[in-house]
Amino acid sequence: MGTTAVQELDKVVIKFAGDSGDGMQLTGTQFTGTSALLGNDIATFPDYPAEIRAPQGTVAGVSGFQVHIGQTHIYTPGDQPDVLVAMNAAALKANISEVPRGKTIIIDIDNFKRKDWEKAGFAEDPLESGVLKDYHVIEAPITSLTRKALEGLGLDNKSITRSKNMFALGMVYWMFSRPLDYTERFLKDKFAKKELIYEGNVKALKAGYNYAETIEALSSASTILPADMAPGLYKNIMGNEATAWGFLAAAEKAGKELFLGSYPITPASEILHEISKHKHFGAKAFQAEDEIAGITSAIGAAFAGDLAITTTSGPGLALKGEALGLAVMTELPLVVVDVQRGGPSTGLPTKTEQSDLMQALYGRNGESPVIVVAAKSPAHCFDMAFMASKLALEHVTPVVLLTDGYVANGSQPWRIKQVEDLDDIVPHEASKNMMNWQPYERDTASLARYMVYPGMAGYEHRIGGLEKDHITGNISYDPRNHEEMVRIREEKVQRVANYIPDLEVQGEESGELLVVGWGGTYGSLTTAINQCQAQGRPVGHAHFSFIKPLPKNTAEVFGRFKKIVVCELNNGQLVNYLRGELPQFDYLQYNKIQGLPFRVAELTEKIADILAGK
Amino acid sequence: MEKTETLEYTYKDFASDQEVRWCPGCGDYAILKSVQKVMPEVGIRKEDVVFVSGIGCSSRFPYYMDTYGFHSIHGRAPALATGVKLANPSLSVWQITGDGDALAIGGNHFIHAIRRNVDLNILLFNNRIYGLTKGQFSPTTDLGQKTKSSPQGTIDNPFNPGELVIGASGHFFARVADTNPKLMQAVFKEAAKHSGTSIVEIMQNCVIFNDKVYANYTAKENRADHIITIEHGKPMLFGANNEKGLVLRGFKLEAVTLGENGITEEDILVHDAYEEDNTVHMMLAKLKMPIVNGVIRAYKDDTFEMRLKKQVEEIERTSKFKSVNDLFTSGETWEIK
Ligand code: SF4
Repeated sequence: MGTTAVQELDKVVIKFAGDSGDGMQLTGTQFTGTSALLGNDIATFPDYPAEIRAPQGTVAGVSGFQVHIGQTHIYTPGDQPDVLVAMNAAALKANISEVPRGKTIIIDIDNFKRKDWEKAGFAEDPLESGVLKDYHVIEAPITSLTRKALEGLGLDNKSITRSKNMFALGMVYWMFSRPLDYTERFLKDKFAKKELIYEGNVKALKAGYNYAETIEALSSASTILPADMAPGLYKNIMGNEATAWGFLAAAEKAGKELFLGSYPITPASEILHEISKHKHFGAKAFQAEDEIAGITSAIGAAFAGDLAITTTSGPGLALKGEALGLAVMTELPLVVVDVQRGGPSTGLPTKTEQSDLMQALYGRNGESPVIVVAAKSPAHCFDMAFMASKLALEHVTPVVLLTDGYVANGSQPWRIKQVEDLDDIVPHEASKNMMNWQPYERDTASLARYMVYPGMAGYEHRIGGLEKDHITGNISYDPRNHEEMVRIREEKVQRVANYIPDLEVQGEESGELLVVGWGGTYGSLTTAINQCQAQGRPVGHAHFSFIKPLPKNTAEVFGRFKKIVVCELNNGQLVNYLRGELPQFDYLQYNKIQGLPFRVAELTEKIADILAGK
Repeated sequence: MEKTETLEYTYKDFASDQEVRWCPGCGDYAILKSVQKVMPEVGIRKEDVVFVSGIGCSSRFPYYMDTYGFHSIHGRAPALATGVKLANPSLSVWQITGDGDALAIGGNHFIHAIRRNVDLNILLFNNRIYGLTKGQFSPTTDLGQKTKSSPQGTIDNPFNPGELVIGASGHFFARVADTNPKLMQAVFKEAAKHSGTSIVEIMQNCVIFNDKVYANYTAKENRADHIITIEHGKPMLFGANNEKGLVLRGFKLEAVTLGENGITEEDILVHDAYEEDNTVHMMLAKLKMPIVNGVIRAYKDDTFEMRLKKQVEEIERTSKFKSVNDLFTSGETWEIK
């Protein structure tokens, strides 16, 4: 590491950006893995090209990966990069507006020739035009140096060029005092059968590391010390993966097989991919012919006794609406995951939004109540998938779990759980000695009916989408029975409030201002509230994971504050739900609808304005 | 699903306590009776039988069977039935559907269930009309027929269900008229025995909205000459005295009379329902006069569930992860003390 003193940093945000063929996702995940092993807290977010086959060298084809590491707690992938690695002119063009002045930009000057910057849409040569003048720019001939380093190794030209991402990674490793061994191990594994490619990659990695040291890429290398994290075994986990694992754990805990009926859709498909790999855990991943078949096959599986789930995104939830109503009517346990994206219609498939809350709550014909819950962060997806399964099975009712593109594709360290550490799940089923069991007889406390499954002799019965008698389940058109059933189905969902945790408040427990959020904005809001508190602006933060029913103490929490502001990535959905549920309070609202997460700075500014009475 | 055991049931054991509510004279009654009669012979315990349906007159069916039943939503029953079967492959799963439910709103699920070959028995009550919604044309209504929603006559071409099933790579297709309980029972039994998706099209009469739509075939005076009932391994003969038969001329089936133009029984096609190649089955399904009844195609192949089971065993053998806990601790991990 040379003799230069290493400077300690609290946290740093790095964005790797290049052409979609440049291996930026891999570069980013390597930096993440290495930093995780050093004990940093981390959050990451990939930024995939908008189009799958965009022409090389264009802005539409830029792929990026942002990683935020810190020795303090990290809740978001970071607002803006401290270091941008731009492998070509298009990567610079796509990202420069995000990088605050004074920060570092590493560029591969081999890809900044006239044709490159023209293709990227610069009117003038960015190296000359002055757009970079307020930045600390490191102009490195990454491609040509990689070629040189790998000369004589016997690798073909294409493989040599493809190793340039390792050169760039090597440079960043030096700048932040990271060891190379994690990536070396990874490469050895990945190219176990391609010795030459392995050697080439390691050579490029080391060459980049040494080059950065030689040119003293930063005045001194920096480091980020380990974060103060709860003891335990950790691994880095992505939101969709965590969701899939939460279901696997729930099925095991409930003593059931898992059935997933699903149709591919961005950004939810990875859940289907992940469960498909593990069919031997009694996890049946069924790729259906459409969204409707995804949910109806799951309903069939629920009727036959599996833990049944279906996964989708907004447009898919719209298609599933009628069938979800069937699950409400028949009162079957079912979990629907909606990984929200920008809407309406096809909208912004690769961007995030929280605009399906109303759809989840009300998007069906008739009075059709379901439990609605949401995940706060990538790792929290595990807990909420597990919880959604538990509520569905124990209360015999459909549950909608809302995550979003930001949480689903982001990653963070997850304190590994083992099945035995988790709460029990006790499916609400008829016991063999129940006398005169009736299909719609209920538990007096939870109002859950007692499930029986085909195969149990003596319990043969029929259910369906027609209104049914409140006890026998036979078809009933009796007006009073219908009203009673509508009320029971709602009450059953409301009583779930007796079984879920209270709403917690972070920051100030009472006072001037309560900032309210739900789901995937947790990281941004928490960071913003921490900053406000540190700057002497007292605020509280309440974040909903349980939306229908609301936690029992919600009104009591709201009552402790003078002002309430509800912050959402939509046009005001939770806030209007709260206005209906708890009309005794006045609500301010702050909404962002750009397909992007909140920036911490936007939030702190808004909070400051409210506190100043603006 | 192969079942050998015969249980001590009578057809009454399969009748539920619910009052049957089809219009008097509806063909559905005869079908219900035939299904109830066949169940004791299929040799499956009542608790292992599930009837699933969508929406329409026929879809009331599960309420009348004293088995497990699920009356679901319009068109989606094939997917729901698939979920039931995959969750518990030891169940005998039956789907009741109609021409609107299966071929219009549920067309997609219908063809994909067939393509996958999950072991489902699907009874398609084809009355060529919408009954429950009171008389609109369906995807099988004859071209030009006047109905409530086609006062000038329909202008869309009808589906032939057999053609659709075989075209969707269906392995089992049979056709039977609601006026022939004996054949219904025989065919239902074959469908139950066949492992894979079996489709039985039932030419069902709707007395209210499409009465006598099949009279040209099923009326007493027409039956012998207008319906040919085929059986695997037997020559395709019909007529009051089996004096007629089917031969292949070029690429077409042709009805001939024995003794005329030198035709002998030797020339008559022998039915091979088990043949993988579906060319002749397709011709039989499409033939309009005489119309073909009986099991037209019954090709045996692996079902979806069998393949799934094999795959699971393969993953069990090869996966690095023996348990969910293994999976959770896999990959790069680090310890914070
Ligand atoms: S409307 Fe037609 S198909 Fe429906 S029950 Fe009446 S007769 Fe049967």
